[in-house]
Parts: sequence; structure tokens; C-alpha cells
Amino acid sequence: MEAVETHQHAHPPYQRHHFETYAQQNDATNFAMWLFLLTEIMFFGGLFTAYLIYRNWYYPAFVSGSHQLNIPLGGLNTLLLITSSFTMAMGVWCAEMRKKGALVLCLILTFVLGTGFLVVKTFEYKEKIEKHHVPGFHYSLQSFLAPETDEAATAAHDKALPLDMARHTEVYFSLYFAMTGMHAMHMIIGVAILAFMIVRAQAGAYTTGHVTFVENFGLYWHFVDIVWIFLFPLLYLISRH
Amino acid sequence: MTEELGKTVDHESPEIHEREHHVVSPRIYIMILIALLVGTAITVWASYVDLGEWHVAPGLNIFWNPIVALAIACTKATLVVLFFMHVKYGTKLTKLTVGAGVFTFLVLVGMTLSDFFSRAWGRW
Repeated sequence: MEAVETHQHAHPPYQRHHFETYAQQNDATNFAMWLFLLTEIMFFGGLFTAYLIYRNWYYPAFVSGSHQLNIPLGGLNTLLLITSSFTMAMGVWCAEMRKKGALVLCLILTFVLGTGFLVVKTFEYKEKIEKHHVPGFHYSLQSFLAPETDEAATAAHDKALPLDMARHTEVYFSLYFAMTGMHAMHMIIGVAILAFMIVRAQAGAYTTGHVTFVENFGLYWHFVDIVWIFLFPLLYLISRH
Repeated sequence: MTEELGKTVDHESPEIHEREHHVVSPRIYIMILIALLVGTAITVWASYVDLGEWHVAPGLNIFWNPIVALAIACTKATLVVLFFMHVKYGTKLTKLTVGAGVFTFLVLVGMTLSDFFSRAWGRW
């Protein structure tokens, strides 16, 4: 009993009792975060595989479908997201260096850029809804059966698709909404956690040497960025030439 | 000599652990940001150019545009993983975890696609 009482723990308050060192605790948490990200790779990977197979199957429908997307808006979103990944990486650095003000600034910038991405995405979705390109009862084949009546289709020199192929553009838009929707949901969760982190960072929670939370949130944010790095060319770009 | 050896072998000592913790400098982050922006510009530009196709065999053509777009995307993703996500400076456990994840993913996608492409081989 005496031995237990005299045993001194010379470790910071944020180190859990069952870890030998803080570095060990940090490594263990990091490993757990990566395992979670691996399950996310498998999750998005299933969607990507479905996209590749259907694209091969209904190639003309996927080409015409992708011509309905707006490359400048998609490109703008890529810039916003890549820059937000940079500000997040800088945020982790600020936390490591214990610069509280700079960390708060980086987190706010990341929050603003992430929200900007979602706003642009909203405008894209709005256009799809207006043109009846959302799969379901109100889906319209007009842009694909009569491309001369559609601005985007005319600009891409689309030819009218036969009815059975035109109907398969609905598969393209189903995958478009499933993939970008799942990505946007990850963004919404990320932005919500960022708002929480900004408040905590202002209270000085991450500049005490305990950077695990900021670091692991950074991993999540960069992962979401990587998903978009693949979504942008696959959905917007590869059928353009 | 023996002292030096003792120090290098003792991986469990806290000081050595502490020394391994690498803080990536902002200069590297800025370089990666520029590389990612350049990559984005190239991939948008390349999408408007018809890069043609490669006739591997009768009935089997490979289009270059998607290959180039995916190659650029893979390069960008690798930069993000190595530098923004610190894997280049991470522990061996992290590297093994990431490698195992990517490998498993490629096996799953590769086997699915090979089944899809070869099931009706020669019967189309």
C-alpha cells in the first residue's frame, strides 16, 4: 500500500494513467484514427468501384451526364478544399508551437473555406433540382433526348441519345448525388467539429502540448480532401474532351 | 561505445520517443499547397485536350484522358498523405497501417474489376 502511494507520476494531466508516456498515448490514438480512416477508404471505395463499372457499362449516358456539371464551380471547390487542407495543416503546426492566436485563426480560415465549399455545392445542387436532374419521379430526360434545348449540352456538342441510353443518365446522377452527398455530409460533420474546436482553442485547450485532438481532426479533414481530389476528375473532368 | 549502443537500442526511453516526434515546417506545407494547386490546374487543362486512345487489342482500347486524370489525382493524394498527414515522418506502425489499407483497397477493387471485365471475355 505504501509503495503505491509513494509511486510518483511525473506526467502531464492530459496523459491517461495507463500509458507509459505521452508519446505512446499519442501514437495509440493516431493508430486508432488511421484505422477509422481505413474503414472510410473501404466505404468510399465501394462507391468509386460502382461508378467505374457503371461508367463502362453506360458510357454514352455517363459522358452526357457529366457534361451537365459545371467545371468552373467544381474547380473553385477544389481550390477551396485544397486551401482549407493547407490552413488545417498550419493549424496543427500552430498547436505544436503553442501559438494560440494563430491556431484560432487557422481553424477559423478552415471553417470559412469548408463552409464556402458547401455553399458552392448548394448552388450546384439547386441547378440540378431546377433542371429535374435529381433521380426520381420528376427526373427529366430532355437535356439528353433534345440536347439542342439545353445550354450545357449544346456547349459540349452533345448528340441526342437513344431513349434507353438517355434513361441511364439517371444512374449517373444517382451516383453523382450518392458520392458528392456522402462527401458533403463528411464536410458538414467536419465543419461542425471545427466550430467546436474554435471555441475550445480560444479557451487554450490545444496549446498546452496536448495536440492529439487537433492532429487527428486534421487527418479526417485531409482524408475528406483526398476523396474530393478523386471525385473532381472522375465526375467532372474525364468525359470533357 | 557501449554507452552509445545502449542509447540507440533503447527504443522505450521517453527522451528518444520525444526526439522522434517530428514537427513539419510551414515551408514544406506551402510547397505542397503550390504543388496541389499546380496539379489541379494541369488536370483541368488536360481534360479539355483529347489525348487519344491506345489500341491494345481488337475491341480493347484504353483512353488516355482518364488515365492521366487519375495519375494526377493519385499524385496529389500521395502528397497530402505524406506531408499534410505526416505519414512520411510517422511511425512504422502508421506507415504499415496506411500501406495495408491501400493494398487491401486495391485488391478489392482489382478483383471486382477483373471479374467484371473478364466474365464475358470474347463473347461480346
